[in-house]
Amino acid sequence: MPEVRALDYHGSERLTMNMGPQHPSAHGVFRAILTLEGETVVGVDAVIGYLHRCHEKLAETLAYVQYPSIASKTDYVAAMSSELAYVMAAEKIGQFEVPKRAQYLRVLMGELQRIASHCLWLGTWCMDMGGALGGGATIFLYCIRERELVLDLFESLVGARLLYGFHQVGGVRYDLPEGWTTQCRSTVDLIEQRLGEYEAMLEDNPFFTMRTKGVGIVSKELAQDIGISGPLLRGSGINFDLRRNQPYSSYEDFQFRVPVETDGDCHARYRVRMVEFRESIKIIRQILDGLPEGPISSRPGVKSLAQVKVPKGEAYARVEGPRGEVGCYLVADGTNKPYRMKWRGASFSNLAVLPHILPGCSVADVVAIMGSVDPVFGEVDR
Amino acid sequence: MTAFTSLPAAVQALIMGSAVLGAVVGILAYVTLLERKFAARLQSRIGPYRVGPHGLLQPIADGVKLLLKEHIEPATADRPVFNLAPVVFLIPCLLMFGLIPFAPGIGVADLDTGVLFFLAVASMEIVGLFMAGWGSNNKYALLSVMRAVNQIISYDLPFLFAALVPVMLAGSLRMSDIAVAQQGLWFIAYPVLGQLAFIAFILTAVAAENRAPFDILEAESELVAGFRVEYSGMKFAIIQLAEYAHVLGASFLGALLFLGAWSGPGPIWLGPLWFLIKALFVFLLLTWVRWSFVRIRVDQILRVSWKLMLPASLLLLLTTAAVIVWRTPHA
Repeated sequence: MPEVRALDYHGSERLTMNMGPQHPSAHGVFRAILTLEGETVVGVDAVIGYLHRCHEKLAETLAYVQYPSIASKTDYVAAMSSELAYVMAAEKIGQFEVPKRAQYLRVLMGELQRIASHCLWLGTWCMDMGGALGGGATIFLYCIRERELVLDLFESLVGARLLYGFHQVGGVRYDLPEGWTTQCRSTVDLIEQRLGEYEAMLEDNPFFTMRTKGVGIVSKELAQDIGISGPLLRGSGINFDLRRNQPYSSYEDFQFRVPVETDGDCHARYRVRMVEFRESIKIIRQILDGLPEGPISSRPGVKSLAQVKVPKGEAYARVEGPRGEVGCYLVADGTNKPYRMKWRGASFSNLAVLPHILPGCSVADVVAIMGSVDPVFGEVDR
Repeated sequence: MTAFTSLPAAVQALIMGSAVLGAVVGILAYVTLLERKFAARLQSRIGPYRVGPHGLLQPIADGVKLLLKEHIEPATADRPVFNLAPVVFLIPCLLMFGLIPFAPGIGVADLDTGVLFFLAVASMEIVGLFMAGWGSNNKYALLSVMRAVNQIISYDLPFLFAALVPVMLAGSLRMSDIAVAQQGLWFIAYPVLGQLAFIAFILTAVAAENRAPFDILEAESELVAGFRVEYSGMKFAIIQLAEYAHVLGASFLGALLFLGAWSGPGPIWLGPLWFLIKALFVFLLLTWVRWSFVRIRVDQILRVSWKLMLPASLLLLLTTAAVIVWRTPHA
């Protein structure tokens, strides 16, 4: 029989453990090869690419009218933001005008998407810490219950619950159906109330505090060196949000606060996202109150593949997705398809911080930190 | 009853043992359903509903499914240890029920060191557990049993101390004596000491039973399924059965020590039913804790045990002793 448990007895005992690609807390397919001394992680080797689907090559073969619904599939938990990045890049090159109503609708969907995405994050993160057969599963199911309500809104608008194809070059494809606004208002009211319940359930719980405070600290310098973005960056004390620092799609019209925490640990990232929930709800209410009338697209509805042609040129568009900066670099050659496309996935850049903060943590912290980074592997591998 | 008592003691024990074993296994099957339904309600779900009315046949369906599954042994496992582990795990868990008097005179063995022996048997589970983890030859399982040994050593002491408070109040280790001593006043109603001891008992029971939030050895989000990651089919079912038996055993102990065992309104033959209801109440308390908290880390668990639970329960025990001495009339 081969010797399997090969421990190095000459120095300290080390154990190499594969966490993933199939693992309950892999959040998709992520493989971390951990080197352990007892329960302490001393080395991490992160392997990605299990979910690679040639998104960038695919974009070269699909027309501008087709790709937005494929762009959804990069970050499938927050499909609206990647669609928006793609169409914004095309609009930037072609300098297509986007009507005010369409811009507001884009913001509305972006913020609803942020709520839906953060709901899933909170649930899965607590499940990482609390277990599918414990208190974590309870929070998870509560969060999924709320996420469903947002997905219902998307479904009544677009007809799809996960991958929408809502945006098109020059505007959006669907206008709000009758009664949607009322439904949206009552949904965000309910979610706002439930957020308080989650906070009470988690923050009044000493176990939750023990698991999150001081765990997985990302310092301000490290955050800048790695180039992380989104709630991670703001949890490390850097006050940067594209929606405010570089407003797009009329974000300058709305009043909202950008939460910043200085601790840089899991708890700080949690606090940032919990405040973002509420700020998103605030933005949604402002939009519903002041939604301008008018067309929803500067271009006619999609009839043929050759309908949208983008003039020669290149542009980079970036939006603040729930996980951070989602960027799309587009090179157009004047036809109905881009010549080249490059995604900047927020999860990909954020994930790069793991090897810097995991060593020294225990195995239990690895999953807590992974969860607080909130990677979506569709976006990492593309 | 007279016909039964006239039988030889060995035959009596055999009959009683078989009856208790059958009843316990039957109850255990439905305890799983109870927990699933309870957890479902807690999580705004319905729970098992399809098999039979309100899912009442679900435990049977689960059992049949697990029975029919293929037996898989990892190629690198230590086969004798791997295969023996579930049985070694199950025996102490079922043995616990042999020590509980379910009503006056109903029970397999009412030892004069009952509580002590019960706790000793209860902590024997670690042997089977360690065999399962070690014999699997799996890194997750190995980490899991490393945690398990740490945790069970740390929590058996405060668990013992919490359980000794009612023992001291009753002045006997014999379980039936403790039950009889509570005919007037349940020990949970004993001023201050009773409530504190009960809280300590529930907390340490959750930890000693490896239930969430202290289920670090199963920890499926970190260690996949911990020590039982390689088990499937009937061997998995036996481990599961043993775990539930252990929890139910601790619940019976809690009901006996704090909630007056079989005392309750109605005729005397309702006693075992009252006892069962109280035990299920304790079980649901443990379940409630399980489905409400996130899991804590192994080092934090040990810190809580040695720096908080152990001194606190020891202090409680000493205070109880002082109160008893103070209240005993001097001759």
